[in-house]
Amino acid sequence: MDIPYTVEERSDTGLFNAKLGIWLFLASEVMLFGGLFSAYIFLRFGAPDGAFHEWGQELNIPLATLNTLILISSSVTMVMSWASLKLQDIKKYKLYMGLTLLCALGFLVIKYLEYTAKFDHHIFPSTNTFFAIYFTLTGLHGLHIIGGMIVLFYLWIPGRKMWLSNSEQFTNRVEIVGLYWHFVDLVWIFLFPILYLL
Amino acid sequence: MSSYTHHDEPFYRKYIWSTDHKIIGLQYGFTALFFLLVGFTLMMIMRWQLAYPESPVPLVGSIFGEDGILLPEIYNSLGAMHGTIMIFLGIVPLAVGAFGNYIVPLQIGAPDMAFPKLNAASYWSYLVGGIVMMSSFFTAEGAARSGWTSYPPLAVIEVGQTLWLIGMIFLITSSLLGSINFITTIVQLRAPGLSWMRLPFFVWAQLVTAFLLLLAFPPLESAAVLQLMDRVAGTSFFLPSGLVVSGEILDVSGGGSPLLWQHLFWFLAHPEVYVLILPAMGIVSEVIANNTRKPLWGYKSLVFAVVFLGFMSFIVWAHHMFITGMGTAMSDFFQTTTMIISIPSIIILSAFFISLWGASIRFNTPMLFALAFLPMFGIGGLTGLPLGLAAADIYLHDTYYVIGHFHYVVAPGTIFGLFAGIYYWYPKITGRKMSETMGKLHFWPSLIFMNGVFMPMFIQGLAGVSRRLWDGGLEYAHASGVLHWNEFMSISAWLLGLAQIPFIFNIFYSLKFGEKVGKNPWDSTTLEWTAPSPPLPHVNFEKIPEVHREAYEYSVPGRKRDFTPQTVPKKG
Ligand code: HEM
Ligand SMILES: [Cu+2]
Repeated sequence: MDIPYTVEERSDTGLFNAKLGIWLFLASEVMLFGGLFSAYIFLRFGAPDGAFHEWGQELNIPLATLNTLILISSSVTMVMSWASLKLQDIKKYKLYMGLTLLCALGFLVIKYLEYTAKFDHHIFPSTNTFFAIYFTLTGLHGLHIIGGMIVLFYLWIPGRKMWLSNSEQFTNRVEIVGLYWHFVDLVWIFLFPILYLL
Repeated sequence: MSSYTHHDEPFYRKYIWSTDHKIIGLQYGFTALFFLLVGFTLMMIMRWQLAYPESPVPLVGSIFGEDGILLPEIYNSLGAMHGTIMIFLGIVPLAVGAFGNYIVPLQIGAPDMAFPKLNAASYWSYLVGGIVMMSSFFTAEGAARSGWTSYPPLAVIEVGQTLWLIGMIFLITSSLLGSINFITTIVQLRAPGLSWMRLPFFVWAQLVTAFLLLLAFPPLESAAVLQLMDRVAGTSFFLPSGLVVSGEILDVSGGGSPLLWQHLFWFLAHPEVYVLILPAMGIVSEVIANNTRKPLWGYKSLVFAVVFLGFMSFIVWAHHMFITGMGTAMSDFFQTTTMIISIPSIIILSAFFISLWGASIRFNTPMLFALAFLPMFGIGGLTGLPLGLAAADIYLHDTYYVIGHFHYVVAPGTIFGLFAGIYYWYPKITGRKMSETMGKLHFWPSLIFMNGVFMPMFIQGLAGVSRRLWDGGLEYAHASGVLHWNEFMSISAWLLGLAQIPFIFNIFYSLKFGEKVGKNPWDSTTLEWTAPSPPLPHVNFEKIPEVHREAYEYSVPGRKRDFTPQTVPKKG
């Protein structure tokens, strides 16, 4: 007796198990980042008038804009890789998945440049509450990117053999990882304005 | 049968690195019972100091230094760890990890949890978290000392907190994985015919609990990350400017807020108290329906009440913060929501009481514990109301009254519910019943001594004795009239410890010598009793059951037997 609905949808809920699972996980992630966003608001109101804005001037807006574009592109290529599987085109899948990983890597490299530039100017998490929350939020977001990359890489090369044995389940896997990836992208879309622009 | 059903797995796959929900449930159960004992032992040691201040602790005193006296720092460590262990390593893993894992898939007629590997990962993450927590006792700094609430700035500047935070992050990860699994399992793997309103109430309680864990724990995780940053990266999330420690201004940037921690913490910790109580209510509902031989009274209102309670529990958290000076508008809001949330709890308790009405009750051990749960939880709940009203709370806050209140909920409340569950489902797990004689020998002294420990706390608290006092209030004139209760409470606590011996013995004794029973020894209606005892490895049922009726068809007039299992087809 296998566990039911690992691949096919249950008719009354319209979901397969992992799809519900990933949505629940994302709900908890919303609460995790929600907690940190409310910390941001709390600290911003607690700081002297305009201090957060002023401290934020140290950040590099052009680099962050570039990073935003890179992440959005990676979301697009992520969708394309899933769509390729739906069209049974494993070659295109490989291409688009590779591009997604490349974007993710690019994002991390830029983030690294930003971080080291701050350290060179003797700016650390301990400098003030703005940089405390800046490093914590972007650091945690970066960890989410790295976690995502590990899974993407797995699906790109070693896990791909499942395509031959159970293509439907493999497509499902790419779909739910895609959902996660879009979420991480979305978090950045929130982080960018509140940290760099406001 | 497919590759999923291995019958000849090697030992470590079968019992250690297992993905079978029943084995994982038992792993959770035994680990959690062990931690409960540890947490209780810490308290028995602390109660020596409270009863006989500054006299050497017998038996274990030598651990605390040459003269064997429990020093204030250690008292604080033991207190903080008692709270932490009891809640995060004892009750929740037992109520959710053990009972949820073992019983939920059986009650919904599923072959396993939806994600078996995730399930194992959840247990192992819990164990790692537990080991990290316990290992802090053996470090040079010692274990955390700032209460289970870990309020900054104290928690940030006091030693021993770092491992607490790291342990916490593992425990949160564990319950996160668990809750995703529970919800998915209940939504997706219900047997054919098992519609929502046919679910046993226990499953509903577990479902709402899982949602609380899923959504309330992450903010504590973020808070834990921030506190960890304060401790290791020198940030000032929770440290205000100009903080003076030992006569010197602390060298940090400042600008943080201790209140921020309290908000994030209680946003978790209030829903957490419902995580502690709901599974026990679920168990009690099963035991009551079964032993009154009547349908649970008001099943639908119970379901709506528990769902409503789940929602409300997210908007009452600041009733723990009335005296922080957060303002009267905030206090007004939170005391109103707190009064509203008491309504569903009262509905649930009343429905249980009404279920007893006119029943011919079977007074077996599970039922005794379930019956005792009702007034004990009632006392805990009712004494909570004054704490939810800002004006009364100003006086009662941080006194032993609070300790009495929440222990009535979690100790004679939840723990009795869990005991009821252990006696009730033991035959399903082992194929044998636990000894009734020893069960009663466990029940009556436990009931008496529980009240002996916690009832006098109300008296002390009303007299104004603060909690978390190393000397139990010896230094305070206003406490002098009620301090003689300390010895009484301590002796009750030690006797309560002794009263657990028949229970522990019974668990092992009945494995071999308990009365052998069949599939359905209690003549019950729900699905778990249609599986073999113990249920088949990995697949549970010989065939996935089909459900044809509601959960509690007991004593339906005109039927031959006084119970009709959910799997019996309706005629015509
Ligand atoms: C059944 C036996 C138990 C006894 C005799 C007992 C006794 C006590 C006492 C006397 C205190 C107050 C210590 C002080 O303020 O200095 C305390 C604190 C506490 N207990 Fe228990 N307890 C028991 C079970 C439990 C259980 C089952 C839980 C949780 C589910 C629990 C959770 C707590 C918490 C959270 C605190 C507050 C710790 C702090 O100050 O941060 N206890 N307990
Ligand atoms: Cu509360």
